[in-house]
Amino acid sequence: MDRLDARVLTISPSSPFRESVTTFGALAWSGFRRYATYRQATIAGSFTNVVFGFLRCYVLLAVAAAVAGGRPGGYDATQLATYVWVGQGLLSVVALWGWTELADRIRTGDVAADLLRPVPPVTSYLAADLGRAGHGMLTRFGPPLVVGLIFFPLYVPARWYTVPLFAVSVVLAVVASFACRFLVNATAYWLHDARGPIMLWMLSAGVLAGLYFPLRLLPDWLTVTLWVATPFPGLLQTPLDVLVERDGPALQVALVALQAVHCAVLLAVCAAVQRRAERKLVVQGG
Amino acid sequence: MAELRAYAALAGGQLRSVVSYRASFVVEMVTNLGSTALDVLTVLVLFSTTNAVAGFTLPEAILIAALSSCAFTLADFAVGNIDRLKTYVRAGTMDAVLVRPLSAMGQLLLMDLPFRKLLRLAVSASVLVVALVVNDLDWTPARVALLVVTPVAGAVFFGSIFVLSASLAFWWVDSGDLGSAFTYGGRDFTSYPVPVYSGWFRAVFAYALGFGFVAYQPALALLGRADPLGLPAWAGYVTPLVAVVAAAAAAAMWRAGIRQYRSTGS
Repeated sequence: MDRLDARVLTISPSSPFRESVTTFGALAWSGFRRYATYRQATIAGSFTNVVFGFLRCYVLLAVAAAVAGGRPGGYDATQLATYVWVGQGLLSVVALWGWTELADRIRTGDVAADLLRPVPPVTSYLAADLGRAGHGMLTRFGPPLVVGLIFFPLYVPARWYTVPLFAVSVVLAVVASFACRFLVNATAYWLHDARGPIMLWMLSAGVLAGLYFPLRLLPDWLTVTLWVATPFPGLLQTPLDVLVERDGPALQVALVALQAVHCAVLLAVCAAVQRRAERKLVVQGG
Repeated sequence: MAELRAYAALAGGQLRSVVSYRASFVVEMVTNLGSTALDVLTVLVLFSTTNAVAGFTLPEAILIAALSSCAFTLADFAVGNIDRLKTYVRAGTMDAVLVRPLSAMGQLLLMDLPFRKLLRLAVSASVLVVALVVNDLDWTPARVALLVVTPVAGAVFFGSIFVLSASLAFWWVDSGDLGSAFTYGGRDFTSYPVPVYSGWFRAVFAYALGFGFVAYQPALALLGRADPLGLPAWAGYVTPLVAVVAAAAAAAMWRAGIRQYRSTGS
């Protein structure tokens, strides 16, 4: 009996780096598989993305046709169409909406089980979310893009590095979106019921990330303030602007760098909030 | 009478449960208000980029958006929560609703009456008032009647769309957010003048599904404008008819769905 202890089995004790990568990978894979089970919901969701793609695309194209010079916010018609259709595809990759798991687990007390695990909650939820985003990229990103390509002329990037930069930008957008959702959900540690903050987040995320209309249609001072002071444009607008080459090469790269800064800050805040919450948490239930 | 008391008890229970998390309820109420304001703001941003989009000026666009918003918020308040049906069907909680001696629809609606959405009605009504002020309208008795009837008929129409898309869950449990394509998608469609859209997409949404009659055609009639797409002037007055047809379709589908429901389990 004296050989038993409460430590968790380590995957490979000699190389801690490999261990954490394996754990992270396993968690991400579980996130991927979890979403892969809802095949029909994936089809239904894509249909909805396509309908909204048509709605937003026609409206923005009508605006482009009416504006003198045909470039509202500095986008031409093909850039706007690409903005809309790729945006609809990215929406479920970035997943601005609909994640209440942490808040629900806090409310029910299930979060206690997360705290017992040897992986910090922020890390494990991030891994699972990256897996979910990977699944979204494989299944939800394509359909709106294909429909867009069939019915509208889309923009083909001219710079060779645009697509790789777009990929980096998407990963940063997913991480930033996760961090924001984690923080919003974490308000449940203090409020018990995070429905209000979650709704507030859903409301602001859609418009401030540039889903309803490209933020460049707003006055310049407001656009710049949003971009620098808040992570919102980095959730959707930045990857899309990078892809349609809305700005010159320098600004294009700088926007992604700005995303990276926001990500780092947000993750640090997540970790800090989680630490504070763990000290304060009283698990509910009998 | 006993039935009414049962419904009142359901609604009262709902009210007590929402106000017990007071901070969240206040935030929800404010965000609901904001979301309606935001829809109008989007129209404002898009139409203020230039003088006229698809031949419609900003005030005209606001009138269309306001009529759409009034109809939608009214419908969303009354029956919007029916879209939770898929959760009930999946979990089998629909059983509990069906064994009670009250109408299934009535219970579902009152089980989660959205008090938080009340302020939305006020927002869309005030946008409508603003729209009526900024447009130079030539009032006739027919137009006054049209103005009163349109939001109600539109709400019946949107309510039917809510019920139709929710009933889908009886046959296809994993329909996910397919319904939003028609409910929220319909709201977005009706917020803009129909000439903005084109091709088969316009034909399907505006005429085959009837969304063109929720706000666009009545707005043309109120403004006294001819339809650039060629529909006659009386098309602005057929909204109630379209709403009745939609409601009949929704009622038929709902009844068929309830009969089809086989609970859950393996």
